[in-house]
Amino acid sequence: MAFNYANWLRQDLMPHIWCPGCGIGIVLKSAIRAMESLGWNQDTIGFVSGIGCTSRAPGYVDMNTLHTTHGRALTFATGLKMAAPDKNVVVMAGDGDSAAIGGNHLIHSCRRNINITMIIVNNEIYGMTGGQFSPTTPGGARAATAPYGNIDPGFDLCKLTIAAGATYVARGHVANGIYLERLIKGGMAHKGFAVIEVMSNCHTQYGRRNQHPDPAELIEHIASNAVMLTKWDKMTPEEKSGKYPIGVLHKETDKPEYCESFYKLQQHAQERVRDASRKIAEAEAMKPKREGAGGEPSEN
Amino acid sequence: MTHNKDRVFWAGNETIAEAALRAGCNFYAGYPITPSSEIAALLSLRLPQTGGVFLQMEDEIAAMGAVVGGSLGGAKAMTATSGPGFSLKQENIGYAIMSETPCVIVDVQRGGPSTGAPTAPAQSDIMQARWGTHGDHSMIALTPGTPAEVYRETVRAFHLSEAYRTPVMLLIDEIIAHTTESFDIPTDEDLGPIHPRTWYQERYGANSFRPFHDFYQGKHIHITGLSHNERGFATTTPAIIQRGIEHLVNKIELNQKEIERNDTYMLEDAEIALIAFGSPGRASKEAVDIARAEGIKAGLMRIITFWPFPTATIRELVDKVRAVIVPEMNMGMLRGEVERAAMRRDVQLHGVNCVGGVPIEPQQVIDKIREVYRGL
Ligand SMILES: Cc1ncc(C[n+]2csc(CCOP(=O)(O)OP(=O)(O)O)c2C)c(N)n1
Ligand code: SF4
Repeated sequence: MAFNYANWLRQDLMPHIWCPGCGIGIVLKSAIRAMESLGWNQDTIGFVSGIGCTSRAPGYVDMNTLHTTHGRALTFATGLKMAAPDKNVVVMAGDGDSAAIGGNHLIHSCRRNINITMIIVNNEIYGMTGGQFSPTTPGGARAATAPYGNIDPGFDLCKLTIAAGATYVARGHVANGIYLERLIKGGMAHKGFAVIEVMSNCHTQYGRRNQHPDPAELIEHIASNAVMLTKWDKMTPEEKSGKYPIGVLHKETDKPEYCESFYKLQQHAQERVRDASRKIAEAEAMKPKREGAGGEPSEN
Repeated sequence: MTHNKDRVFWAGNETIAEAALRAGCNFYAGYPITPSSEIAALLSLRLPQTGGVFLQMEDEIAAMGAVVGGSLGGAKAMTATSGPGFSLKQENIGYAIMSETPCVIVDVQRGGPSTGAPTAPAQSDIMQARWGTHGDHSMIALTPGTPAEVYRETVRAFHLSEAYRTPVMLLIDEIIAHTTESFDIPTDEDLGPIHPRTWYQERYGANSFRPFHDFYQGKHIHITGLSHNERGFATTTPAIIQRGIEHLVNKIELNQKEIERNDTYMLEDAEIALIAFGSPGRASKEAVDIARAEGIKAGLMRIITFWPFPTATIRELVDKVRAVIVPEMNMGMLRGEVERAAMRRDVQLHGVNCVGGVPIEPQQVIDKIREVYRGL
């Protein structure tokens, strides 16, 4: 039976702003299916984004949604998660949002290992502002601000987030939504900071300038460079050139999660207060009662 | 003399931290910066004891984002900063204004621009508090001047932020932050009742453009910094955008009477009025005493609610006096506002401006009073 998205979407807010053929919708649908298959209740989800085409996603899904400032989604998400740690927080943002202006927040969220799922839609360009190069635009590619070809080396977002301490890091692409759903679900089920990088198409701003103006053709191109991790590990450096691995690239389960660490810290602080009050009460009880002294001691 | 358990010996930063807890603050996010750091240090100790959250974020931008996120999660949230940190917070302060998210922002003012004079007092952020973030909006900013007042205004800042559903600024200067004094903690009666978020949600609907709900209250709310309609969803309809901005301004400006607070001293028959805020208010009060002893009819208006600016009150005051002197630790930010309020009325306006990073002395103020008095 086909999946029924009706319960999950704010259909009265359609049509959406995305270009026909844009990959963002595929990612959003995969995320929704992952949420439903985990049995998540809509009211227990905080869905957070920054600013960009990708970051418009929260407007269309029927749950508690937060469309923040450019680059800062993870900071709002961290506050929201700490204020209500029993709720699920999912962040979705573009490559510029996550890795340029928001790069600092990304690595620090990884470092804290806070239980948030971060879906990065990597279309290798700034979509919303008209196709300027981003920190993931390939070398030599054309962009609105790289008319001679991009000379800025790019980030490998998975390597970056693994190095920064994320405990679940996966990569997928928009040509395989079923597999993507699985990767996202794995991240959502994971306790700790989970990053899912999704290679996506912006034919309008990237493809048009780089020989792939057609969405289907660009998606095919993206898929053709993807290699399953198991195969990737056996490839030579020459074979890897221009390709990228997909799958769960990193997972660890023994690192403390931030909300839990903070909860323990609270317990410890409260225990110390109880200890101190007990000691004060004991000391008070030991004090000899002076006959006829009457009342509290004076200040002097 | 009986022992008074409510008498404390605290510096301003300590007072703010303790008063915030009294107001029910259960969420702090910040980034270290002099001269505000003690607030964070104290709350890192105290908040976990009371079941609250303390976060030291990677920068002030992150801290301000976390505060808004925490507030949307239902917490009474605050941050504290100074100088460069206050600059960094501005974009997300604008987000809190636009999204009508209650929160409290403490700015312990130090010398600027840039790194400026980190350990020296100043009052030069008062315009940034009002206009630091882009776009049209109003602002509530409180500028207490005495220790008990710092306590009371901190508690009030939380109340106002939830009643008007907006970020509220609490501005002190380095002198207030670091001067340790003894004072009596205000009683419950002085402060009035302290309410949970739900109380404000039920009561202050009229101060909200979109319905006042937090996350996870079953409403599936949407929050955005884009211009939005009454349901909270982005809009490009000019009439709705206009209504939204007018709402952000009017909900504060039209309720100014409830928000405004000033302290007056010997103003009834004054010919020369001093207008001040924060620690120069104390030097000014002393100068008034000296002037009175010399037979000069001086008085003082000390502003406690700086924004929205007490324009009408000041207009009334300048009609009754012959000269106004504004002592302040900046180059004339308050004086400019007083001039605007006075609207070209026939009154002399003078300043005492100290930006060298030292407090204004009563001597500087009395010298100016005498000079102005001779010229009357
Ligand atoms: C502080 C700030 N700087 C710049 C912008 C303008 N801006 C909006 S979206 C965007 C980049 C969008 O690119 P990306 O994050 O990759 O997302 P996409 O649109 O491709 O999904 C920029 C630079 C902004 N909104 N705020
Ligand atoms: S500009 Fe690019 S990223 Fe934005 S909606 Fe269009 S195709 Fe998608």
